[in-house]
Amino acid sequence: MTAPEPTPAVLTGMKGANDKPFAKLVQTLSFLVLVLLMAMTVVLFIDALPAIRTFGISFLVGSDWDPVNGGFGALPFIYGTVMSSLVAILLAAPTGIGVAIFITEGFLPPLLRQPVSIATEMLAAIPSVVYGLWGIFVLIPILRPFMKETANLLGVIPLLAGPTPGPSIFVTGVLLAVMILPTIIAISRDVLRAVPETLRLGSMALGATQWETIFSCILPAAAPGIMGSVILALGRALGETMAATMVIGNTPQIQASLFAPGYTLAAVLANEFAEAITDLHTSALIYAALVLLGVTLALNILAQWLVLVVSGPNSERGGR
Amino acid sequence: MMTLAAESLKGDPTFLKHVQRRNWVSLALTSLGWVLTVAALFPLFSVLLYVTIQGLPSLSLDFFTKLPAPVGEQGGMGNAVLGTLEMVSLASLFSVPIGILIATYLSELAAPQSKIAFVIRLGTDTLAGVPSIVVGVFAYALLVFTTKTFSALAGSGALAIIMLPLVIRTTEESLKLVPDSYRDGAYSLGANRFQAIFGVILPAARNGVITGALLAVSRAAGETAPLLFTALNNQYWNVELNQPMASLTVQLFTYAISPYEEKHAQAWAAALVLILFVLVFNVGVRFLLRSKF
Repeated sequence: MTAPEPTPAVLTGMKGANDKPFAKLVQTLSFLVLVLLMAMTVVLFIDALPAIRTFGISFLVGSDWDPVNGGFGALPFIYGTVMSSLVAILLAAPTGIGVAIFITEGFLPPLLRQPVSIATEMLAAIPSVVYGLWGIFVLIPILRPFMKETANLLGVIPLLAGPTPGPSIFVTGVLLAVMILPTIIAISRDVLRAVPETLRLGSMALGATQWETIFSCILPAAAPGIMGSVILALGRALGETMAATMVIGNTPQIQASLFAPGYTLAAVLANEFAEAITDLHTSALIYAALVLLGVTLALNILAQWLVLVVSGPNSERGGR
Repeated sequence: MMTLAAESLKGDPTFLKHVQRRNWVSLALTSLGWVLTVAALFPLFSVLLYVTIQGLPSLSLDFFTKLPAPVGEQGGMGNAVLGTLEMVSLASLFSVPIGILIATYLSELAAPQSKIAFVIRLGTDTLAGVPSIVVGVFAYALLVFTTKTFSALAGSGALAIIMLPLVIRTTEESLKLVPDSYRDGAYSLGANRFQAIFGVILPAARNGVITGALLAVSRAAGETAPLLFTALNNQYWNVELNQPMASLTVQLFTYAISPYEEKHAQAWAAALVLILFVLVFNVGVRFLLRSKF
């Protein structure tokens, strides 16, 4: 304990049992969280060392993934991870921020406010493997005609070229967008609620419409926190495993079109880890996990800092 | 509450045009907001609808009592249901008490501006953001690689690490809601910190603490990725912790990507069981704790 807490408890040393040991114990226990984080980083690093020694940075830029012959380049997975997460963010960020504004700025009738809030949180409660199942049998059939039409109309753009087999980076992006919406909505909602009422009233008093107030006063004030929620959501999208594995097509190749199948870092772990052929294969997969861990840790800390800037240390973390 | 630009000053035509344009922009944005809100909620209802429609026909007593059968025979997922219950219970046994104690430290024992507490809070949220598949790899390195066998224990370990930050955060939030008068009362009666925390403060926050635990449990029950290469899967009844163990989620995944219709039907049934479990917990929790969780 560094400082004694300013409660009367300090005065009660003579009553009851001495609770110093208890306080010490609990404080020590609390370090478990930090120990876990460090242990995770260190253990993954040690187990990835053989692959790091063998491939170094070329692991991140090589695109040949051939466990049988010992070629390990993770670029196709990195590409698929980044592209599917980008699609997810482009879809989820405007939608999530819009819904958060709708909930906090009084557009929804009071009767609907609570149910909509709860429903968006329910989205976070659905297990990711269930999203994957829904993705395979419902979302892909829904999106297939859309992808086909788009490829027919705009196929000259490499990003939107056919063929459209179904499982693809695009579908994964849409599914991830649904899954990260609750994170963006919950945190943006809290951040928007933390904006001082005087800003709203002042802007309205000057004759601004409600939307002018939102765009010129409220969003700028809440921007860092909203940015934080988007970055946190990005971290979730990058690490999402089951849903991606089930709808991305698991093809380790880099193709320009979003409608082509791909692969992600998390998905290759899910598919190959239990049956890794050689020690080097296992090590290479752990290297991939280490990359994923590094990126998500960095994004998380950045996002938390941004949220703290706006809403102080008591902000609540939303969707999971 | 729709505030539009004022329509006074009617005399000036350019001003009137300007006002009309601003009102039109307001209307357009509000409509867009409605569209986005409906779009955001569509997946929820679609998932619930499909899981119910597709899952109900295959949900029978056999599902809970039988083992997976070869294609062509009527099997069930009894062992997977049991496995999920066992692994989640074991994970809770570790993470719930430890999580509550850590939350107690953050909320009750650490000084209000304590740097240590701040760092631990940051660590907790960071841990919550680690992808669950990476936690699975970590559990593999610690518990599978060393023992040379896939095991329920490794699966539980991964789930416990995933649950811990969730328990800490929700418990801390609910401890913060306990009024200071409770603390003052306990201390003025001569309780020490241990007595105050376990005799007064935690009981006062009981509902919130239970909520946190239940939400973490429902989250762990729905996890697949960290179990794929820790607990792996098992075709038979197994309660041994040092053996591979089936789980509802891994079994669902295996069936979902298999080419057989009847396996798909079983996958939907498993999804229905999972969703019911998760929603009952989540909705139940809301009734238990009428605060802003």
